[in-house]
Amino acid sequence: MSYNFKETMSKPERLAPGHRMCAGCGGTIAVRNVLRGLHEGDKAVIGNATGCLEVSTFTYPYTAWEDSYIHNAFENAGATLSGVEGAYRVLKRKGKLDETYKFITFGGDGGTYDIGFQSLSGAMERNTDMVYVCYDNGAYMNTGIQRSSATPMYADTTTTPVGSASNGKPQNRKDLAAIIAAHDIPYVAQTTFIGNFKDLHVKSEKAIYTPGAAFLNIMAPCPRGWRYNTPDIMEICKLGVETCYWPLFEVVEGKWILNYEPKNKLPVEDFLKPQGRFKHLFKKGNEYLIEEFQREVDRRWEELKFRCSRG
Amino acid sequence: MAKRDRLSGNEAIAIALRQINPDVFPAFPITPSTEIPQYFASFVANGQVDTEFIPVESEHSSMSAAIGASAAGARSLTATSSCGLAYMWEELYIAASNRLPLALALVNRALSGPININCDHSDSMGARDAGWIQIYAENNQEAYDNMVQAYRISEHKDVRLPVMICQDGFITSHAVENMELLEDGEVKEFVGEYEPENYLLNPECPMAVGPYSITDYYMEAKRNQAEGMKHVEKVVLEVAEEFAGISGRKYGLFEAYRMEDAEYAVVMIGSAAGTTKDAVDQLREQGEKVGLLKIRLYRPFPAEAVAKALTGVKAVAVMDRAEGYTNHGGPLGADVMSALYRARSQALAVNYIYGLGGRDVRVEDMEGVFDVLKQIAADGDAGETYRYLGIRE
Repeated sequence: MSYNFKETMSKPERLAPGHRMCAGCGGTIAVRNVLRGLHEGDKAVIGNATGCLEVSTFTYPYTAWEDSYIHNAFENAGATLSGVEGAYRVLKRKGKLDETYKFITFGGDGGTYDIGFQSLSGAMERNTDMVYVCYDNGAYMNTGIQRSSATPMYADTTTTPVGSASNGKPQNRKDLAAIIAAHDIPYVAQTTFIGNFKDLHVKSEKAIYTPGAAFLNIMAPCPRGWRYNTPDIMEICKLGVETCYWPLFEVVEGKWILNYEPKNKLPVEDFLKPQGRFKHLFKKGNEYLIEEFQREVDRRWEELKFRCSRG
Repeated sequence: MAKRDRLSGNEAIAIALRQINPDVFPAFPITPSTEIPQYFASFVANGQVDTEFIPVESEHSSMSAAIGASAAGARSLTATSSCGLAYMWEELYIAASNRLPLALALVNRALSGPININCDHSDSMGARDAGWIQIYAENNQEAYDNMVQAYRISEHKDVRLPVMICQDGFITSHAVENMELLEDGEVKEFVGEYEPENYLLNPECPMAVGPYSITDYYMEAKRNQAEGMKHVEKVVLEVAEEFAGISGRKYGLFEAYRMEDAEYAVVMIGSAAGTTKDAVDQLREQGEKVGLLKIRLYRPFPAEAVAKALTGVKAVAVMDRAEGYTNHGGPLGADVMSALYRARSQALAVNYIYGLGGRDVRVEDMEGVFDVLKQIAADGDAGETYRYLGIRE
């Protein structure tokens, strides 16, 4: 699977414009670019957990999806696509269907890390031939920016508000990509929007065309929840990667591969500073909070490097 | 050519499913329905069916996957009981609102708490307003026969609604009875091939399922489901008639047992109807004009036909194997009494709660109920209409 940027970008859009997602939404960018991983001529059924993406792209009687699409509920996108994929297998076996279909599910971190975790884990453990894509914006954005288990420590959310007795979310974020990798499925990858999107495009195609279960975790910033200047999304993502807050890696058949190691690892405050949700960390006297945040980033980065060094 | 066999209710359902050979069967075990997917898994393991069996991690996922499969264009189903049904409650509404013709083999069991594995109807009664067709069985034969008829009703173009085939936990699911099975070929021909009109895996036309629908369309969607429900009674009767042609066994919306000239009637659902038939027979021998109305189709509720069948009855006892916590009685009681009211019936009616959590109901208990009905008719007053049967006060 050699990568050709021009070819990838000239594929027809599979998420039509005119949907109701916010301008600059990371979720939509993730979806449009994951779908570029599909080979032309191949059909797909898209699954979707309840969230911004669902309510904004399929408001009856309009759909923005060029492919077949199913939204069932919040916590069951994994199980729902398991059923669709099961139907595909049996219809193929019975000779009722000739076409090739691929199965891709999108969920936010709420529908994936939290309420949909069991359903996701089940679908992955059963090695369902599907890709589960989490567009991780680190909070329940659809209901109004409440904390999730993907929310980074000290983020100011509406259920972990900063106050005289609170520095924001007290806990670390869950490392979901590692948890899914522990299911020993064929393909797991973590990515975000970098450069010309090669990393995302390549990983999407691999995930879609690897037989069996695949999981993509995509950092997809939310300008409303993160409170940065909307046009700066690419810069934010780049800082996420350059500070090693959001490393790019793959786990292929159990083998951990680091896709990018910054030559000059930037301090995490470069990533935190443009975001309003971390504004309180930069108040005088709160330096220790950033130091703590940095220690956690470093610890996880070292752990990841160790895993990747073992191959 | 019918085959005689001795089977438990769960085995009977599993055999019906083998004969139907559905496309996708996601399942998660729960007592007392566990044996259904268990038997079925052995049919899969032995290559007796083409079905994709998906051993999911919960009942919420079994119904979610059944919905996905059905939306994709496959004939699908699951089986469950009690808390399993409660856990998939959200999904029941979604299946119905998507007008998906899928089946659920339900083995009725009490809901927790306290945790109890025995029979009552609190699980399916809790789901009575979910938009599913509900059909109940008295015995193993009926459970089997209802399962064979399920998809013909559910997939009918005028209906397109999910169907719940209910039987009583342990009492029929585990008790072995003599019964007649149809030949595999007969069932296959009767059920027919599933040919969905719109589905996700239709290469000619992609489809979107499960929209966000706000105030401008939600109400029409709900009304649309109700329109499907309006056709169910007619379709149930048509399918039953065709089924009688291959099986010799006749079914209706309910069974009217010795109701011709009955003055005192019991209305109930499920296996306790067998016990009540014994009570009716004994009292009839003594010259008492007693009868039983055993509800088969509970959702939609055939109110007019029920009221008509109760015409001329002086006193009625409606038996609920589930509490409703209305302080007035259970769900069947409410449905029957409202049917009688609309028909301007003069019958005096009481509502009993009985058999919760597997509490046994005996022939003499039901004879006692008929005694009460006679007294009520004599008094011309129903007295307390919300009663309990077989309770230690």
